[in-house]
Order: sequence, then structure tokens, then C-alpha cells
Amino acid sequence: MRFFEYEAREVVKRAGIPVTDYGFTTDAGEAKAIAERIGGPVVIKSQVLTGGRMKAGGVKFADTPEQAERDAADVLALEINGHMPRGVLVDPKASVKQEYYAGVVWDGTRKQPVMLFSDMGGIDIEEVAEQHPDHVGRRHFSNILPLSEFQAKQCIAQTGVTGSRLNKLVPILTRLARLFVDYDMTLAEINPLAEMEDGSFVALDAHMDMENEARPRQKALLKDLGVGDEETRQAREATEFELAGEAVDAQDHRGVAGNVTEFDGNLGLVIGAGGGSLTLFDAVRNAGGQPANYCEIGGNPSVAKACGLAKLVLSKPGVDKIAVMMSIVSNTRVDIVARGVIKACLELGYDPAEKITIFRIPGAWEEEGFKILDKYGVKYADRSVSLHEASRLAVEALAGTTHTNDPASGQ
Amino acid sequence: MRSDAIFIGIEVSDEIAGDAAAAARLEEVCPVDIYADAGGRVQIVDTNIDECVLCRLCIDATPPGTVKVHKLYDSGPDAVLSSDPAVA
Ligand code: SF4
Repeated sequence: MRFFEYEAREVVKRAGIPVTDYGFTTDAGEAKAIAERIGGPVVIKSQVLTGGRMKAGGVKFADTPEQAERDAADVLALEINGHMPRGVLVDPKASVKQEYYAGVVWDGTRKQPVMLFSDMGGIDIEEVAEQHPDHVGRRHFSNILPLSEFQAKQCIAQTGVTGSRLNKLVPILTRLARLFVDYDMTLAEINPLAEMEDGSFVALDAHMDMENEARPRQKALLKDLGVGDEETRQAREATEFELAGEAVDAQDHRGVAGNVTEFDGNLGLVIGAGGGSLTLFDAVRNAGGQPANYCEIGGNPSVAKACGLAKLVLSKPGVDKIAVMMSIVSNTRVDIVARGVIKACLELGYDPAEKITIFRIPGAWEEEGFKILDKYGVKYADRSVSLHEASRLAVEALAGTTHTNDPASGQ
Repeated sequence: MRSDAIFIGIEVSDEIAGDAAAAARLEEVCPVDIYADAGGRVQIVDTNIDECVLCRLCIDATPPGTVKVHKLYDSGPDAVLSSDPAVA
């Protein structure tokens, strides 16, 4: 989940990293009061969970409290990329000597956090890495042991920063690394990290993204920031299709069948098992298929729930056929899921043998499930057929090239 | 009395259909609410029949042969669940 800038700054402040004397408000009059307290030129920044706010006019510079009030009123009324602002951040206009970048992201390949540092801050780090790779320092570190001062020094020194600057930056980087781990972040970024005219370092902007699954563990932080349970903070609003998927999943406590994400392909997916949805999604893509959705099914859903999900996916405009697959052997009842997806086809007036490209669920009660699939002529594969092969069969079936007597199909 | 859905059929003999104790027992044991106790009579809840998990609890809770669960997709020897020795 993403945080607004004013929340991310609060997280940075809690970690002991210096920030400016900013204020957050939802009221233009209060913005004036904050500007008066700051006592100098200020920056009014729209608080939206989307990029491009500078270009859209969501960042304004004010020399007086009166101007700050007017600017805040304008910014509060300004919609950016379909988002209305949560409020405005009133920030002192800083007198900056140099801008730096400090960030931590999760490296999924190495399965470790990686600290990134650059002496070219204020712009996209991707752009710096591409055009000025010698200005980006990197250092992977343990998810268990804290980033040591030595490791932080190594990371900073890669960019040629030395002396007192290096020494002043070290605690900022170690604290940023600590907050990344402590608060289950997937991204913790300070950009720009400013070196002020007096030689001190201050975080002028921050971006934080937290692992969604960590919300229950981070209740205290979220409560302090005023983030309620109802705030999903997704990158975009859920589509009608996705909301309908949630409704299917909520209709019954048994198992999981829903949690859909919409894509624009023509092969509907009823897939899942132990994180297998992503693997299956990728397998379908690798086989040349265009998934119409991503979803999760597992944990022994009821027939009605499996049916509801399959119906939803089949009803999505552009979906020609569905593939029903799970990646690993699980305790999910094969016969129950088979009943659900076949029932969905029948209730929508389709021939299950036509609409289901492949059924591959290695689970409990397989033999019973195969009897049902046989009865309705649905092509299926047992656990001896890899998920990659099953995905290929699904894509071929969609293209109308599958041979009905393919021995791998189990029929 | 017999009621068939798409995959499952439920058969309850007249012998116990009006038996209050059987009705209460069936309502209690079925994990997916296929039976209801309708004022002392056994009622089959049609909308739930296809949820049957083939657990046999209804069969074990009633006298032999009085409740049968038909697997409508199966034409083999296991097509009917029953405690009637002639069927099971
Ligand atoms: S076999 Fe189990 S699930 Fe099916 S009707 Fe009997 S008690 Fe209910």
C-alpha cells in the first residue's frame, strides 16, 4: 500500500531522519497559518497518490501567507489524473546546495533489500542509473541484520562522495534501511535528500510503499498515521469486474474464489493454489496466451463459489474460453471445483466441453473430479502434465489447434 | 421422496420422511445444509444439493437404506451412496 507524501515524511521523521518544518492541512485558511508559522516563502504541494503533480499544477510556490492561502485553495480543488487531493503539504522553500537520492527497494531476484544512493537527486533514479551509472551506488543487505555503517559508507562512496558529507549521510542511510525492514516496506525513498547551505542534510520529499499483507502487523503505525482499515490504497480504483469478484468471494466463508484483477485478453483464468496464480499467469503468457484476468481459487471453495467465479470470468466481454488450473497438489477438492465450473457453463447456456480449454487441478478427490469432467467431455490433465504444458494446451485450444486425442490431456 | 440437481440426487424413503427425529438428525449432520427440519418432516433443500461433499454422514445417521445419495455423473458401481447392503 502506498502512503501520501505527508505520511511518508512522518515515517521518515519517526526514523530519526531530519525533515523540514512542514505542515499538512485540508483547509486553505490553515495553510495560511502554517505559512505564517514557517515565516518565509513556502511550497504548497498537492497530496495525491499519483505522479505528475508538478506538471498538472499541483505544486505552487508562495512568498506570503496570503498567497499560500490562495494557492492552497487552488491546489485543493485541482483533480490530478482522476484523483482529488487528500490535502496540501505546506513546506518551507529550502535553500539547497545539492540534491541527493537515497532509497531502499526489495530485490525480488536476490530476495534481499538493496540500498540505492546517488549524488544526483531530484530526478528519477531510473534516469540517473541509465544515463549516469557511475553516479549510483548500490548495496544489498540482510533482511535480518541491520545495514551497517560500513555498508552504508560503501554504498555512498561508490558515487565519489567523501569526507564530512559521507559521514553525515551514513546515519540517514542506516536509518532508512532500518525503517524499510521495520515497517515492511517494499519501497522507501527520499528524493530529494537535500544538502542545505549550512551543510546539514534534510529529507525534502519521501515515497513509501508498504507490503499489503503487512497491514495487520503494522496496525500501530497505520493508526498513528490515521490510515483506516477501509483504505485500500490500491494504485487504481477497482473495476466493476474486480468488485464483482470480491462479492463472489465474500458470499461464502469456504475457500477462496474471487480476488480477480482485470486484464484485456481473451482467455479467462480460474487459477490458483499456494501462490500458483502468478506462475500460471506467466505460463499462459509464455505459451502465447492473453489472459483476461488474474485470480485466485483454492482452499476448498463451495460449488456455488467456484460457479460464481467461473460465471463472472465467462461473462467478461472478450472472453472466449476459460482455463481452470492450479499449480501444485493441494487439498482443494477437484470434484467440487469441477462441478462449479461446469455448472457455470451450463447455467450460461454453454457447452462445458467447448468453453473449458483445460482443467488441471492436482488435488483431493481427483478420480471423482475426472468422472465429472469425462461426463461433460471437458478436456483435463492430471498432475503428470506440467502447468507449462497445460497452459500450452489451453492456449492451443483457444486458437482451435488442439488435437482431441492428445495423450497428455488425459482423454 | 427424491430430488435431483445437476450432479447429485438425494433420495429419502417414505419410511423416515415424516419422522421428526430423522428430520432433526439430518439437518444436524449434513455439513452443507442439504436437509432441513420442516416442522418434523424431512425437507430436501434443492439449492444446496450440488454442494454435497459425499461424506455419508446422512447415510450413517439414518436406518440402513433410507437415505441414498446418487452421483448423477457416475454410471459405475459407486454411483449410489447408501448403507443398504444391496446397493452400497
Ligand atoms: S453425503 Fe454428506 S454432504 Fe452429502 S447429503 Fe449426505 S450429509 Fe450432506
